[in-house]
Amino acid sequence: MIDEQSIAAAVDAALAAIAAAPDTASLKQVRIDHVGDASVLTTANRAIKDLPKDQKAAAGKLVGQGKGRVQKELAARQAELAAAEEEAALAAETVDMTLPTDRRPRGAAHPLWTLTERIEDFFVGIGWEIAEGPEAESSWLNFDALNADADHPSRSLQDTLYLAPEDSGMLLRTQTSPVQIRAMLERGAPLYVACPGTVYRADEMDATHSPMFNQVEGLAIDKGLTMANLVGTLDALAAHLFGGAPITRLRPNHFPFTEPSAEMDFRCFACDARHGLEHDADPECRVCGGTGWIEMGGCGMVHPNVLRSAGVDPEEHQGFAFGLGIERILMLRNGVADMRDMVEGDVRFSQHYGTEI
Amino acid sequence: MPRIPLTWLGEHVELPATASALEVATDLSRLGLEEEALFGAQVTGPLVVGRVLELVKEPQKNGKTINWVRVDVGPEHNEDADDPKDPQPGRERPSRGIVCGAHNFEGGDLVVVSLPGTVLPGDFAIAARKTYGHTSDGMICSGEELGLGPDPAGEDGIIVLGRGHAAGLTGEPGDDAIALLGLADEVVEINVTPDRGYCFSMRGVAREYSHATDAAYTDPATTVETTATPGEDAGVGVRLADDAPLEGADGCTRFVALGVQGVDPSAQTPRWMARRLTLAGMRPISLIVDVTNYVMLDLGQPLHAYDAAKLVGPITVRRARRGEQLTTLDDVTRTLDPEDLLITDAGGDGDRVLGLAGVMGGEDTEVSATTTDIVLEAATFDPVTVARTARRHRLPSEASKRFERGVDPQLPLIAAHRAAQLIVEHGGGTIAAQVTDEGSATAPAPITAGLRDAERIVGIPYTDAQVTGSLEAIGCTLAHGAEGELTVTPPSWRPDLEIREDLVEEIARLVGYAQIPSELPTAPGGRGLTVAQRARRAARRALAEVGLIEVNSAPFVAPAIHDRLRYAEADARREAVRILNPLSEDEPLLRTELLQTLLPVARRNLGRGEEQIAIFQRGSVFRARSGQGSAPVPAAAQRPSEQELEQILAALPAQTSALASVIGGASGPDSWQGEPAPWGWADALDLARRAAAAVGAELEVRQTEHAPFHPGRAAELRVRTDSGDGLAVGAAGELHPAVIKEFGLPARTAAFELDLEAVIAAAPAVVRAEPVPTYPPAKEDFAFVVEQSVPASAVEAAIVVGAGDLAERVHLFDVFTGEQIGEGKKSLAFAIRLRSTEGTLTAEQIGETRQRIIAAVESAVGGELRA
Repeated sequence: MIDEQSIAAAVDAALAAIAAAPDTASLKQVRIDHVGDASVLTTANRAIKDLPKDQKAAAGKLVGQGKGRVQKELAARQAELAAAEEEAALAAETVDMTLPTDRRPRGAAHPLWTLTERIEDFFVGIGWEIAEGPEAESSWLNFDALNADADHPSRSLQDTLYLAPEDSGMLLRTQTSPVQIRAMLERGAPLYVACPGTVYRADEMDATHSPMFNQVEGLAIDKGLTMANLVGTLDALAAHLFGGAPITRLRPNHFPFTEPSAEMDFRCFACDARHGLEHDADPECRVCGGTGWIEMGGCGMVHPNVLRSAGVDPEEHQGFAFGLGIERILMLRNGVADMRDMVEGDVRFSQHYGTEI
Repeated sequence: MPRIPLTWLGEHVELPATASALEVATDLSRLGLEEEALFGAQVTGPLVVGRVLELVKEPQKNGKTINWVRVDVGPEHNEDADDPKDPQPGRERPSRGIVCGAHNFEGGDLVVVSLPGTVLPGDFAIAARKTYGHTSDGMICSGEELGLGPDPAGEDGIIVLGRGHAAGLTGEPGDDAIALLGLADEVVEINVTPDRGYCFSMRGVAREYSHATDAAYTDPATTVETTATPGEDAGVGVRLADDAPLEGADGCTRFVALGVQGVDPSAQTPRWMARRLTLAGMRPISLIVDVTNYVMLDLGQPLHAYDAAKLVGPITVRRARRGEQLTTLDDVTRTLDPEDLLITDAGGDGDRVLGLAGVMGGEDTEVSATTTDIVLEAATFDPVTVARTARRHRLPSEASKRFERGVDPQLPLIAAHRAAQLIVEHGGGTIAAQVTDEGSATAPAPITAGLRDAERIVGIPYTDAQVTGSLEAIGCTLAHGAEGELTVTPPSWRPDLEIREDLVEEIARLVGYAQIPSELPTAPGGRGLTVAQRARRAARRALAEVGLIEVNSAPFVAPAIHDRLRYAEADARREAVRILNPLSEDEPLLRTELLQTLLPVARRNLGRGEEQIAIFQRGSVFRARSGQGSAPVPAAAQRPSEQELEQILAALPAQTSALASVIGGASGPDSWQGEPAPWGWADALDLARRAAAAVGAELEVRQTEHAPFHPGRAAELRVRTDSGDGLAVGAAGELHPAVIKEFGLPARTAAFELDLEAVIAAAPAVVRAEPVPTYPPAKEDFAFVVEQSVPASAVEAAIVVGAGDLAERVHLFDVFTGEQIGEGKKSLAFAIRLRSTEGTLTAEQIGETRQRIIAAVESAVGGELRA
């Protein structure tokens, strides 16, 4: 019974059945049939103990080797079939990965504030701080402290929104300059602050005007600051906002709160003019109007009267200030065509930007 | 703003013949005279002199008669032969055929012809065209067609050389008529800043151009010969009688009156002068008026001419009396203000108002077509007085524009002479030998400055020669003191130069702003964004991340908004700040809460096609202080006292920045993953909590009734302050159905509003660490049956009290009502995780804790553990 021939036949039959098993379920039956309790090999194994002592070793080896081969093949086939079955199962779970996933769309920030944050980050990066103040402000802080005389046209009811009653001495600030005065009064010199914020003018709403808009002003007061430092700061800001190697230009101008005063122009960043002064602007350029320059705002050395109003001694400290319109930067930088889009609150306007600009 | 014809400018400063308006504007802008507009040549193309060779008059069916004219327009432009189908009149020879409707010319006359290709004013392009049966190969021009205005001699028709517009002119066929008539003049309009009144004149702009280009400059004021000497026989006396100077400044500091007798009333303004006035933007009127305007534009001194026959001396300059009236030259009768400065004489009932000083004259003493004797007024008036009067009566005149900015007080005598001389030159008559010159020219105050001031402020190491050279170039006189100290006396035309910084600007400007180097200053190092600045960013970003869109809205609201949002009569949110001069009378108030302007934005978006709304904004809100005080306005140029500063700050409205959101409709698009849930009150609370969490604060929620919310679906949001007290910082919930209807919002739209600054202030400065025990937790579930009116938060609070330190997490996971529970009751199911920091919890500890929780809930809210 435990002869080489019958054992070999049982092993061969088992191996053939293993190879023929199409799936793991069939293989399970093969295992029962060929190495299960009733199988030839198991029965032979059980019979070994009844053999004469001298035959036990040889028979044990014969049956053991045979069963070992079968077990090894079984394991290999099991792994092979299981892998194939898992692959088939995963293939059956295939979905359309191009389906929309917008169940709860992401929201958006208003680009004016995103831009304001970028500007704030620039100033923080060069060691300045961000100062703030109220939008309903006193006339003294908005005008008098800034050396605007009593008859200055900007004080008229056509330009400035005042708080009732008449002669309340209060208004909606027309510039963020009162924040500069507040910062000087509170902290004194040296002082390096940028003041972003909403300001108001008595302008009717149209494509290029809004009664409400945003400014960022800068103020640096220290010993020995010069107009060269003003130019250096504006150059760095222009590079930050518009990239490249920007060129800034100052032109003489007049403001009550600075002396000397200047209008600051940035070299157009959109047309050929951006490559330098030796390159002509595109006459059709929509950003610079063909002039090669973009008017960015006013600047200058802080007038001694302004320093005195804010309790800073002009014989000891001097400094510079400048102001830019944030809406204007967004219009230029990102091509916003209509001022109203930035004020009216249409969600589509903000949505387009997400949280970047 | 002043318009500068280049040929006029070139009279005072050497101007390259090729200089274009753009080049001149660019040069001037470097010095601070910004370009406002450029006006190119008014006529371009082949505008030539032509000789009329032949003409035939051809009557037309419409009753008109036209001329069919053969014109010699010079060998360059003539056609060699006639068109055989349309021969020109007379003998055939090189010429052009032109149809002309005017009749004031004849054969042999020299005329002005615009040939095809010419562009006339108004962008009127000339081309050959068929008309009245001929091909008209050009046009014979009138003065009006060339932009020269009506014929000065009143002749009707085209220009004939030698007469009218072309008086004194002649030429040959083919000559360029653009140059001949001065039509090539380019004009630069500049913007003059308020400190540079002297640039309201050719004299001043020419000086600036010389600074920009180093071109040779001749001050036209120095070339006028003043012949009349001050004296008693001047004809008209002047009294300066300002008894109420404004802020200590006399209304009139100098008044020159110069007579001219025997002027020919029919004398015409010379063509060149009329032309220059037109180019400068003024309308020619009559010789006398035109000359006064011309001298004003040239030198900068406003002048007024009185008809001497109507003037009854003496002239008195005084302030107006209350109720006094004047009919100005624009035919408007004006009631005067006691601040108005007047020119008066002894006419009428002995005290007659002639005009508003420095602003506009009256009609009584106006020069007319019969005037032969005149008195020229050239005075120096106080800028503030003139500015206020011009603004008060809405009369911005050429004179007031100049006086407001300051006129050179040395000019009156010179300008009066210059005008008198021009009138005599072109209208005959004689200048009086004596002149009235009342008052005096105020001398500019000297400024003490240092040679190094400009370097210190600008950052360029200017040489001494640059410093002194620049100051001398603008007309200052210098005296050198010890150690580089300068005493600088500004010229009479620069009242703006008051302090050394003013001088520094002049030096920087003349040497060139372009020379200033670029040096980024090194700040001492800041502290970065403040906690509040970072927190505001975080709150906004948190809302954007969960699907809300940030919007903007202006703070102006109508009073009706308070009712539309259902505020109670005594609601503090009705205490709005009012704008004195609102842009729209309908919206005179500032919002007291952000939802007042955010709800209209929601409505606008829905109106534009959005189907759901999920928006937020951070913006200022304003609350009026009770008692509506006013903020003091202390003196400028010195630090106010602490008390004044306190009063200023205390008067301002209460202001904070609010964060608000409106959410309604589907929370997302229809999806293959299932229907999106609609936004609702729970989302509003969750969003408010997220925003607060983003700034590091935690909100507590209390049931409340609060407009504009649904009375049963409103929550008060509170924070715990440093002192441990609760502080209400906002509200959230579902909007009242009436409000939803009012703004056309989706059903069940919800909202929240937070005082963001208060929330930020409540966030701890330092977040303290908590231990993270690794002993196993015990998870226990409870369901408590309580009265419907018991808030879930109260049950939760009781659980926390009962569990003590062991409570790691308490989470409500189900609310159940129904018959099994009983009428008016609800069951709240909580999952609670207990964990000790000291060891694994024993069964006894867990059991005791359960009992404590049950007891705490029972005693706090009467809750029973559900069996």
